[in-house]
Amino acid sequence: MKSANFENERLNMSAESVGPPKKRKMHPIPLRIMHWINAVTMIIMIMSGWKIYDDEVIFGFLHFPDAITLGKWAQHGLQWHFFGMWVLVLNGIAYLAYGFATGRFKRMLLPIRPHEVIKEAIAALTFRLKHTDLTKYNAVQKVLYVGVITIIVLQVATGLAIWKPIQFSGLVGLFGGFQGARLAHFLGMSAICLFFLIHVTLALLVPRTILAMLTGGPKESAEPEASSEARLSKPAQ
Amino acid sequence: MSLRRNSLFRPVKVLDQSLLTENRKFLQEISRRKLLRGGLTLGGLGFLTGCDVSDHSAVRRMLELASSFNDSVQAAIFNPNKLAPTYSIDQVVKPPRFNAYYEVERVKPVNLTDWKLELAGLVQDKQPWTLDRIHALPEQEEIIKHICVEGWDYIGQWSGPNLKQFLQLIGADLSAKYVAFHGNDDYMESIDMATALHPQTILATKYAGEPLADPFGAPLRLRTAVKLGFKNPKWIRAIEVSNTYQPGFWEKQGFNWFSGI
Repeated sequence: MKSANFENERLNMSAESVGPPKKRKMHPIPLRIMHWINAVTMIIMIMSGWKIYDDEVIFGFLHFPDAITLGKWAQHGLQWHFFGMWVLVLNGIAYLAYGFATGRFKRMLLPIRPHEVIKEAIAALTFRLKHTDLTKYNAVQKVLYVGVITIIVLQVATGLAIWKPIQFSGLVGLFGGFQGARLAHFLGMSAICLFFLIHVTLALLVPRTILAMLTGGPKESAEPEASSEARLSKPAQ
Repeated sequence: MSLRRNSLFRPVKVLDQSLLTENRKFLQEISRRKLLRGGLTLGGLGFLTGCDVSDHSAVRRMLELASSFNDSVQAAIFNPNKLAPTYSIDQVVKPPRFNAYYEVERVKPVNLTDWKLELAGLVQDKQPWTLDRIHALPEQEEIIKHICVEGWDYIGQWSGPNLKQFLQLIGADLSAKYVAFHGNDDYMESIDMATALHPQTILATKYAGEPLADPFGAPLRLRTAVKLGFKNPKWIRAIEVSNTYQPGFWEKQGFNWFSGI
């Protein structure tokens, strides 16, 4: 079954590159632009969101210090948030369209195999995960990227529910009411912060990945290499 | 800046420390300079902290422009026929939650003996209304949620004349753009005509079946189910229909004008 999947993948890959194999950088320029726009916008959204949160905290023990919030008063936090949301959503739509249309999502983020995720997560935590080929995401990366994309989409939905709880009352109902949507929006933010922490830490540990997101990185190999398992020390079956 | 020990963002259990000793050699291989270089990028993003950025007039203009763009988007999203959810009488919070730009102790009760509602702008019959006349109008009750821009909410039971019917009664130009409400405390807020005509927009004179108490806007306040709390002025002394945009009390402080929900 596994080998059948693998064969399918090979077929898909070769079907995509008809004619002479085109070699492109792993992060084409539109992708890099969208990545950094998203990074800056996400920071704006999080920091202005903390300012808004502080006006009416959900958890009595949690109050974000002014030094890490954006905007002088709550209204300025709101102004940043309602400006940033357009950049986030438009850039996000462009990114999703690009990811699906070019086949990048399918090529780089799929398939995700649970046993690989577990094995590679353990390898990562014990610093045994190799990064010989940056152009091939390991299972941990795939899970993190698909996860954060999903959470950002959900974050837009909860944000819309909080912004327009009457016009989109059905959406509010999905999250258990207005306060439920606020809590979900807060939890989404927490998950994105957690991702941010892991993502930046891992990138700093393998600085080549940061360079790749700036300059485009190595060319993707035309031929699909063996599954990511090959990059791990031979697993004992 | 001190991080709280119980921060949500601090995992209860961090990486197993034994891993660090086992992999000391590997860790030493990570060049310190690389980490510093990476740290600079983070530092670069850190320029966004604090309030300084929004103080530059160009940034402020950009944010204000985005806010007025959002006004038109919200007007487009607004469905004049969409009704806000209503609630049952046992969910009503009593008394309502007080909120104003000052503390409850500083509320100046309106003298009801000589109170009259003034009418201004694009209105045919500008004769002021006495409280008795207003009380004689048909009453509409709404058990709706009050949502504050800060993030809190409560369910309230409001009753009083329907604003659309009142505007029709005074011969207001219903094609005008704005309806402004001037409060006794120099608080003013204007709303779009579509919201003024929404079926769940009323001039409230009662809360939970009782005449409005002083802190909550006696004798007359606006209650619309489709706007944030601050768009519902209390202690109304005048209603003005016009085509001229007038920023209200909170818009002048930077809050969004439309603020529909």
